[in-house]
This record gives sequence, C-alpha cells and structure tokens, in this order.
Amino acid sequence: MEPRTSVIEKRLKNIHRIIAVASGKGGVGKSMVASHLALHLAKQGHRVGILDLDLYGPSCHIILGVKHQFPTEEKGIIPPVIHGISFMSIVYFTEEKPSPFRGIDISNIILELLAITQWGHLDFLIIDMPPGIGDETLDVIRYMKNSEFLVVTTPSKVALGAVRKLLSILIELKKPLLGVVENMTMSDSAFIEQEVQRLQVKYLGKIHFDHTLEESIGNPDLLLKTQVMKDLGRALTTIQL
Amino acid sequence: MHEWALAESIVMAAVEEATKEKLKTITQVTVCIGELQQIEKEIFLFALNELRKSQKPPIKKDAFVLRTEKSTLTCHTCGNTWKFTEMKKKLNITDSESIHFIPEVVFVHTRCPRCGSPDFEITKGRGVILSSIKGVR
Repeated sequence: MEPRTSVIEKRLKNIHRIIAVASGKGGVGKSMVASHLALHLAKQGHRVGILDLDLYGPSCHIILGVKHQFPTEEKGIIPPVIHGISFMSIVYFTEEKPSPFRGIDISNIILELLAITQWGHLDFLIIDMPPGIGDETLDVIRYMKNSEFLVVTTPSKVALGAVRKLLSILIELKKPLLGVVENMTMSDSAFIEQEVQRLQVKYLGKIHFDHTLEESIGNPDLLLKTQVMKDLGRALTTIQL
Repeated sequence: MHEWALAESIVMAAVEEATKEKLKTITQVTVCIGELQQIEKEIFLFALNELRKSQKPPIKKDAFVLRTEKSTLTCHTCGNTWKFTEMKKKLNITDSESIHFIPEVVFVHTRCPRCGSPDFEITKGRGVILSSIKGVR
C-alpha cells in the first residue's frame, strides 16, 4: 500500500490558497509569471511558497537567483526562505544535471515532495507547472484538491491551440480557474481575449514583451521593478487574491 | 530527520486502513523499506514508535516490523540488471544523500554500469511501502 498519499492533506492543511501557474504550451513564460506572482504577493506581506514542478527543466531558481541553498531536515524537509519565499524545487537534488524521468518517476517525485515538505503556515503556495496536461497536472489535480489555476498563454495561435485544451480539461474537471493572462504581447490585438471569453473564462490582461527583462533575471530587487511586474500587478487587480 | 515524515505517512496510512476495516487495535504493521531510499532504520523505528502514541485505533507497542527490500535496477537499453549497493560506493556523499531524499534522482546521478545509459528502471526496492497490517476487531 502506498502510504505517502495519507499524509499529503496534513502537509498542505496550513496553506490558505494554492495557485498552479499552468499552460498547455511550453515557452510562454509560466516560470516568469509564477516567480513574479510569488514576489508580488510576498511584497504585499503575504507568507508565500513556490513549488517548482517543472521537473525536467526547473527554472524558478534561476529567475529568483537561488544559489547554494538546501532545505533543512526537521521532521521532513523545510524549504529555505529566499527573498521572503519558501522555495522548493527538485534542483536541490538534481543540481544542474539532466533529469531523464519517465511518467511513473514523475508521479513518485511529486508524491515524495508533497509527503516530506513541511511548508508550515502559508497564505499562498504558487506552483510552477510544466507545460501540458500530463502527469504533473493530473497529480496536482489529484493530490492538491484545493488548487486554483492561473493559465498563461502568448498572443500566438499556436500557443492558444494547446492552452485551449488545458482550459477545456480544467473546465470539464470543474477546477477553479482564476483566469488567463496573455504574456509577451507586442500589439493591441484582442484575439486572445475574445477566444478566452468564448470559453467563458476570465481574461486577466496583457503582459507586454519586456526587452529589458533578461537583465533582471536572478535579481529579485530588479524583478520587482520590471514591466512584467507592473502588468501582472494590474492583471491581478481583476481577481481577488 | 526526513525519516520522521515517512514514518508519519506509514502511521497515518495504517490508521486509515484500520478505520476502514473497523479494527479496534492495530497489533502489527509490516513496513517494507526499499534499499534505494537508504533509510536510517533506528531513526525510522524511533519515529514510528513516537507517532504510534495517541492514535485511534491504538497501535500496540512493538507492532512495527521492518523489512528491507534489496533494489533491482534494470536497463531499458541493454537489459542489464544490478543493485544500488553495487554502485553506491562510487557515488559521492551529496549524490547519495539526494537519492535518499528522492530515490528517482538515481536516474540523474548514476548510469547503467554496463552500457552507460540513463534509461533504466527501478524494478524493486524504491522506497517505503506499507506491506500489511493486522489487528483485532
């Protein structure tokens, strides 16, 4: 019998809200949005955690400049607090080596992380999801029943094609959907907004393509001042967080 | 004491199962410990015995039986099978410690000793499993 599933609810019971930042498509800026969201909430005085579930290509640690850190062992593992964010990622255990995991391994890793991580009291846990509707998405839906989804797309029809599938399955499963944020926009096109509204999902707004963003990566103080942060902050005013 | 968290999952799962089966007392809990997770048995048993107190239904003292399962790793590329203990000596402490926390990172830090492939499978001895419980109705 698998014992780890029995303890997950206890591990998450002191987390007020769990927000999974997801997309059907890779490369749309989920990690960037998740990291900015966590910083934004932490700056407002909330107790915030990040769980990077992009197990093949974790990147929140790069965006937030997390280096030379490791969880503390105390009746499980306690994530280090970095820039006010309790930060958990597979990267503590894989370093920067390639991670050739199959589906069953992905589920086992997620179960293990959920079973042994002692988050304590958090107002928000932000999950940086990998692209698609594979094991990670299904496991979050299965084990983190109170999770809400914030979906990221770009203005591209290609991205929207995959995002639409994710939205459809989340709607089918009756998962709470905070809305869709349109990232890396370079025009005032209303195409994505109309398509999202057609699915009766809330369109939160545009995050404009930021040519200077790369210079802020790894430095949370600079990230707090980016155009991405300003646009995301504006988009978040349309929902209650 | 990462063992504590795993012990907690065992105790909670045993109590959950006993409640389903309407047991009044749990008399035996058999736990299978996969070699790959490199659990410190003494710490694990200490945690189990601490956690068993104040459970409902109660778990009897000395109820826990721990069994170790040797690991088997099987290569998808060349078909080779081997045990984690055979390669553990060659691992540095950090990599071994990482496998202790998350056994699947064995795919990150090791390769098939015969062909060097990262595409292998943990066929036996991964982690902690609740094998069986016994009790009185």
